[in-house]
Amino acid sequence: MEQSKENEFSLQLKASGYRLRTRMTQQVAFWTIRLLGFVVVGILVWIQGFIIVNGAGVLSWDFLTQAPTEGMTSGGIFPAIVGTLCLVVGSMVFAFPLGVMAGIYMNEYTKDHWTVRLIRVVTNNLSGIPSIVFGLFGMALFVNTLGFGDSIIAGSLTLGLLVLPIVIRTTEEALKAVPDSYRSGSVALGASKLQTIFRVILPSAFPNIITGLILAIGRVSGETAPILFTAVAYFLPKLPTSIFDQVMALPYHLYVIATSGTDIEASRPIAYGTALVLIIIVLAMNLLASFIRKRVSRKQR
Amino acid sequence: MIEAKNVNFYYGDFHALKNINMKMERNTVTAFIGPSGCGKSTFLRLFNRMNDLIEGTRLTGECLIDGQNIYDKSVSVVELRKQVGMVFQKPNPFPKSIFENVAYGLRVNGMKNKKEIEEIVERSLRQAALWDEVKDKLKKSAFDLSGGQQQRLCIARALAVSPTVLLMDEPASALDPISTSKIEDLIYALKKEYTIVIVTHNMQQASRVSDNTGFFMLGELVEFSETKKMFLNPDKEQTQNYITGRFG
Ligand SMILES: Nc1ncnc2c1ncn2[C@@H]1O[C@H](COP(=O)(O)OP(=O)(O)OP(=O)(O)O)[C@@H](O)[C@H]1O
Ligand SMILES: [Mg+2]
Repeated sequence: MEQSKENEFSLQLKASGYRLRTRMTQQVAFWTIRLLGFVVVGILVWIQGFIIVNGAGVLSWDFLTQAPTEGMTSGGIFPAIVGTLCLVVGSMVFAFPLGVMAGIYMNEYTKDHWTVRLIRVVTNNLSGIPSIVFGLFGMALFVNTLGFGDSIIAGSLTLGLLVLPIVIRTTEEALKAVPDSYRSGSVALGASKLQTIFRVILPSAFPNIITGLILAIGRVSGETAPILFTAVAYFLPKLPTSIFDQVMALPYHLYVIATSGTDIEASRPIAYGTALVLIIIVLAMNLLASFIRKRVSRKQR
Repeated sequence: MIEAKNVNFYYGDFHALKNINMKMERNTVTAFIGPSGCGKSTFLRLFNRMNDLIEGTRLTGECLIDGQNIYDKSVSVVELRKQVGMVFQKPNPFPKSIFENVAYGLRVNGMKNKKEIEEIVERSLRQAALWDEVKDKLKKSAFDLSGGQQQRLCIARALAVSPTVLLMDEPASALDPISTSKIEDLIYALKKEYTIVIVTHNMQQASRVSDNTGFFMLGELVEFSETKKMFLNPDKEQTQNYITGRFG
């Protein structure tokens, strides 16, 4: 009895031709996907490694804290770092509150109203527009019409506009993820809508909203086109003292010394160093933001 | 005293409550029973105006609490909801500490005095028979509690704002028998100070905790009478069938 049962069992385990074929297809598909995964990661590692290898040599305290010298073929990139930080902070001060408020309006106040659909269409379109168009728009409106001139504020506003869709989107998604039972629980205790939003909904959506901030910062610190006509200078001997001053910025500085410097060959190492610093800044901001996010979400659990 | 007069309620075109009349006395427990989808929750939510949050709904008739129409323009919904607390079917604590969950209602109502808040939080947790289990971990997240504890926390949270009426929508449906009996004891104890309305699918529970019972079917209030009478000798055959489980 036992014996025959076992036989039956092992008979079933022997794969038919059809089974063999599906198994093969599965293996092929699996390895293709795995290979593609490796390729993608490989390319990323290669790019980063290339920049790290070439840029690490010029990294030094002086490189980070000195201004460029000798026609930008030596010296540091301090003014560009400061400029990029100014633009990042400025654009976030503008885009973050505005985007979060828009997201709140869209998800908490007028769920499927036509205004919301309109805003959604417009923001989607906005995020598809090439960044150089934002640059030109910023120049027309902030630099010329409003008379800010090439300045931190004009550049920040332009960059802010560029990332507004990201902030709105992620805020909306973050708020959607908050269970309705929090809303009804809060309202049932006699809380007003505004109290509910500020005391329950935003705190619990905050970790996800921060993700939007991370994405926005990453985007802003690397963009060149929007600041080209609105904020940056080729070379500045001194740091900005007000938001109406021009600045240098890392991505533009990189572009300049890589393509149109006084001596491109001589400034090559500096270009790699600049790229490395740019990557490190973006990375550091991401780490900081995800650290904040982890802490907040741990507190809530 | 809570009173419904000729209440009709619509979700869009759907007629969810049909001409309902009911009176609930102060300091009594009223249970709503009936098959799923008959409108018990809808009717319950009328009394703290939670249905206002749902779009496309319409109400005719009057809902009165102590003689005042709570749908009158002069009534503040926020004030009403302070008076009429609610416990939901699924425990829904906020992602905050145990203490902050109970203090929430006080804070949104503008209470600032730390000492006073602490006192009320403790009193409410005691009332909800949860104090001894959480007194050493008030700062811990409410999500660390078990489902039954979370539900009692939600009851404490509702009690903290000193309501006069407590609406409970199947408060024990997600709980084990021990937590359930704790909550039933609680309802019994709270009756002295509060007017309680509870929705339940559990016949024994209805007969154990309530003074009066309303039986709903397809949006109509089929029968409303003293619980004892309802379970021993109901007027309507439908009620009899439902209670004894011979419901088709
Ligand atoms: N938000 C809503 N929109 C549209 N229809 C709804 C909504 N909520 C409930 N209904 C409908 O109203 C009727 C009554 O629903 P209600 O939730 O009051 O039933 P219930 O008696 O509480 O049922 P249960 O015992 O399953 O909780 C149901 O037919 C339901 O489909
Ligand atoms: Mg229900």
